[in-house]
Amino acid sequence: MSTCPVTLETLPQSKEGREILTCLQCGVCAGTCPYGEVMDYPPRRMIAMMRAGMLEKVFTSDSLLACVACYACMAKCPRGIRLTEILLPLMKEQTLAHLPELPGELQKALQNTLRYGNPMGEPSRKRAAWVKTAGVPIRILAEDRRPADVLWFVECYTSYYPRGQDNSRATARLFHRIGIDFAILGNEEKCAGECGRLTWEPGLFETLMDYNMAVFQKYEFNRVVTSCPHAHNAFKNRYPALGFNWGLEHVTPFLARYLDRLKPVLTRKLPYTVTYHDSCCLGRQNEFYEAPRQLLEAIPGVRLTEMVHNRVNAICCGGGGGGMWLDTYFKAKGYERLSERRVKEAVKMGADVLAVSCPYEVSRFEDALKVLGFDKRMIVRDVTELLAEAMEE
Amino acid sequence: MHILVLLKMVPDVVEDLEIASDGKGLDLDYLRMILSESDDHALEQALLLKERHGGKVTVLALDAPEVDDALFTAAAKGADRVVKVVGMDAGFTTRQAAGFFSQVIADQAGLLPADLILTGVQAIDDLDGLVAPLVADEFRMPYLGIITGIMVDASGKTARAIKEFPSGVRGEFEVKLPAVLGVQAAEKPPRYVPVAKVRAAMKSGKIESAEVPTLVDGGWLAVNIMEMKRNEPASQAEMLEGPTEQVCNTLCGILAGRGLV
Amino acid sequence: MTGSICVLAEQWRGRISEVTYEALALGREVADRGGVQLTAILTGCNCREMTRMLGAADSVVYVDHALLAEMVPQTCADALVQVFAGARPRVLLVPLTNISLGIGTLVGIRMGVPVINFCKDVTISGDRLEAHCVMYGGKIEATVEAGAPSGPQPAVLGLWPGARTADKGRAERDVPVTDMPVVLDDARAIRLCRYIEPEAGDVDLTKEEALVAVGRGVQDRGNLPLVEELAKALGGAVCGSRPVIDQGWLPLSRQIGKSGLTVKPKLYVALGISGAPEHVEGMKDAGLIVAVNSDAHAPIFSVAHYGIVGDVLETLPALTAAIEARKAAAPHA
Repeated sequence: MSTCPVTLETLPQSKEGREILTCLQCGVCAGTCPYGEVMDYPPRRMIAMMRAGMLEKVFTSDSLLACVACYACMAKCPRGIRLTEILLPLMKEQTLAHLPELPGELQKALQNTLRYGNPMGEPSRKRAAWVKTAGVPIRILAEDRRPADVLWFVECYTSYYPRGQDNSRATARLFHRIGIDFAILGNEEKCAGECGRLTWEPGLFETLMDYNMAVFQKYEFNRVVTSCPHAHNAFKNRYPALGFNWGLEHVTPFLARYLDRLKPVLTRKLPYTVTYHDSCCLGRQNEFYEAPRQLLEAIPGVRLTEMVHNRVNAICCGGGGGGMWLDTYFKAKGYERLSERRVKEAVKMGADVLAVSCPYEVSRFEDALKVLGFDKRMIVRDVTELLAEAMEE
Repeated sequence: MHILVLLKMVPDVVEDLEIASDGKGLDLDYLRMILSESDDHALEQALLLKERHGGKVTVLALDAPEVDDALFTAAAKGADRVVKVVGMDAGFTTRQAAGFFSQVIADQAGLLPADLILTGVQAIDDLDGLVAPLVADEFRMPYLGIITGIMVDASGKTARAIKEFPSGVRGEFEVKLPAVLGVQAAEKPPRYVPVAKVRAAMKSGKIESAEVPTLVDGGWLAVNIMEMKRNEPASQAEMLEGPTEQVCNTLCGILAGRGLV
Repeated sequence: MTGSICVLAEQWRGRISEVTYEALALGREVADRGGVQLTAILTGCNCREMTRMLGAADSVVYVDHALLAEMVPQTCADALVQVFAGARPRVLLVPLTNISLGIGTLVGIRMGVPVINFCKDVTISGDRLEAHCVMYGGKIEATVEAGAPSGPQPAVLGLWPGARTADKGRAERDVPVTDMPVVLDDARAIRLCRYIEPEAGDVDLTKEEALVAVGRGVQDRGNLPLVEELAKALGGAVCGSRPVIDQGWLPLSRQIGKSGLTVKPKLYVALGISGAPEHVEGMKDAGLIVAVNSDAHAPIFSVAHYGIVGDVLETLPALTAAIEARKAAAPHA
């Protein structure tokens, strides 16, 4: 089973193929792509090569490693060509077959995901270790099989990384406070798979999906809420083919729906100037632009300020498509880190806090702040962390 | 040329190792097995040699949990033939492992003649010996260990093997083939193979099985583990605890006290 | 020699290795406790004068042969089997290093005696021999007995570096030497062609007073600048364990451990290094060892003087900052 519904052979005759060939060659895709300047073959040129019958050249270049699956090109294409959903995965799969090898760091992350269920290579037995430190009761389905309303799919960074665990603890406290009936999979949970990253490894994606669906089927719950936007999109776009038919939401829009229960408990004033970074997965892909802003505005004392590139125009942090593990590779090629580009913009707005809702962003932006020397001027917080901070005990 | 690669699964130390209730071994319930790291390098070196000189790579692995994964991965990486050695009781030592390998190499069709037998230089559980020299002695082949590079001469009769010495020095040795080499590291890190290829190997490929007859009891050669326990290091270092900034200040004070800052 | 404690001396490029002295120190203890002789065995070619360095032993057996100039495992084992033909020792201690690896296994199989690797200590009482070993990359301690159904059996023990302090086994004197001729097969199946010296590094790590060592726990090559800052604050240099060098983050000249350098700086800060024996071998004699690792059970903590369990990437800049602050507050202190 391939990542996209067409193959190289069926593309010309297919509806998707015809859609791609309506390209005007306007170049908005390359212009809006955060790495458009460094790619040998941004989408426009790829399609030109396709028309010229010279696709081989695209596959044998490593241009596609620079694609961070941010959806900017697809969002702007005047023809509405599904670039990130159809063309790019197809091109990436072909590149994979032709590349002598993937960069080492990315390989290791993929190997770790296969073996340990997380890209960090941490043991599966430690995945739920953070639960003890949450401060509120958290039900683990393997230990307590009663049905739950919400299955909270915590994901990898939010389970293993200290800053990700801050997010999880905050989320648990919020769920508890607003009376959500939830449970987690604990050590049974494995990475859901990330569409962008796993285009490089479709076999791994299948393995993960098979595993996760088998685990889901052991328990009873109504809906899945997840802390990771990539997991959200995997569940939304890929898992239905394997029978995933539960309600699905990311934590941020989920919490926004309970604003009536949340607002009364947000009693501590946080005198911050906050600027919100729209993550690619939640933002451009799913258009969840307002929910996080509503939540932030509900916090007393918070003043929201918008970056120039906001909502559909947001600049990717660079973590998608495998980018989280390609920083060394990009640096060797002399590319600017996208997270640094974005952080410079945020700092310019004079904000104290850069608010995010994707676990990749916390570590990427905090790194960028340190490297650029701005770490005394600005902190990075997930929306859930800010909400929890505003909640008095 | 024909290269034989010998693989062994060992406990994966990424997972915490627990001791069994009898205190004499590892708790198998909590154990995951992984291909011994230097064996993985031996396989990679074999594949690199195949790419350079042509020929075949045959992989032999001893039966253990998760060994099928390792064998299918080897096949997906380019091994021509993968054979699982079965029929032995669990909990065998390295000396017995070498014996199993030797028996199967001698008995099973098509494993010999081989120009090179490659295996990892040392595994983390090689308590009572090393596989490479034991197999070499069994077949009266030359042996050299801690190898990080192999070049086979055009004649195919000798190879140049690079061996590591202390202080970053390396030695280039001429070795007459057939020989057994204990690989420390391949010339390149073990290659990545997409999961899809491994899954394809699982569907279409085949793992051969080779039964091993029971070894003659070498009781007087045996070593017995009387007791096993976790190495508790925290009792040796003085652990500094607390919030990061505080700990760093404390440490700084210690260093300053010693004139190191 | 029968029933004695024997130590195989390692000679390489004209010197006796440090591990040999460690083995002699351990051998001396065991021999004294058991009231038996300690014999060192030196194999080589035209290096009889090195026997003086083995003074911690009661006597030395010197085996001279052109084919023994380099310690090629099979040839060396051949020689040892002949040395022991008439008189089997109680124990043969063989270092587990790049020089000697494999010799112990071969002697064991050719003489039909047990081999126990990863040893750090051994106790013998009557027929019983118990070796104390550290397995699984340093994570597990095991007490291992060599099977002996009928009376004491010789045993070959593979010794990890660090079993004892080398100084305790160092004694230069005119020790009684027995020359033992051996017959070795001149098939020349293995022949040293040349040595390849490491590229001269920009820094001689063995001369640095402070070293900051990085392992896999540092996670990304991109974090090296942070490490360099700490090294600079401490007035030292950056080095690494094998995995970091293998990945190309640091050149070979910066490798500490089994195949790299052995260093004895006043200060050694190990960041994200698990402490596998292959690395520890190269730094265990440092004056003050500080280790930072996120795994509380990392073996490095058994060799460190001070330990911090925590996130390396968080601790690293904090430590640099603390040091800079102290230096600023107390100039020329």
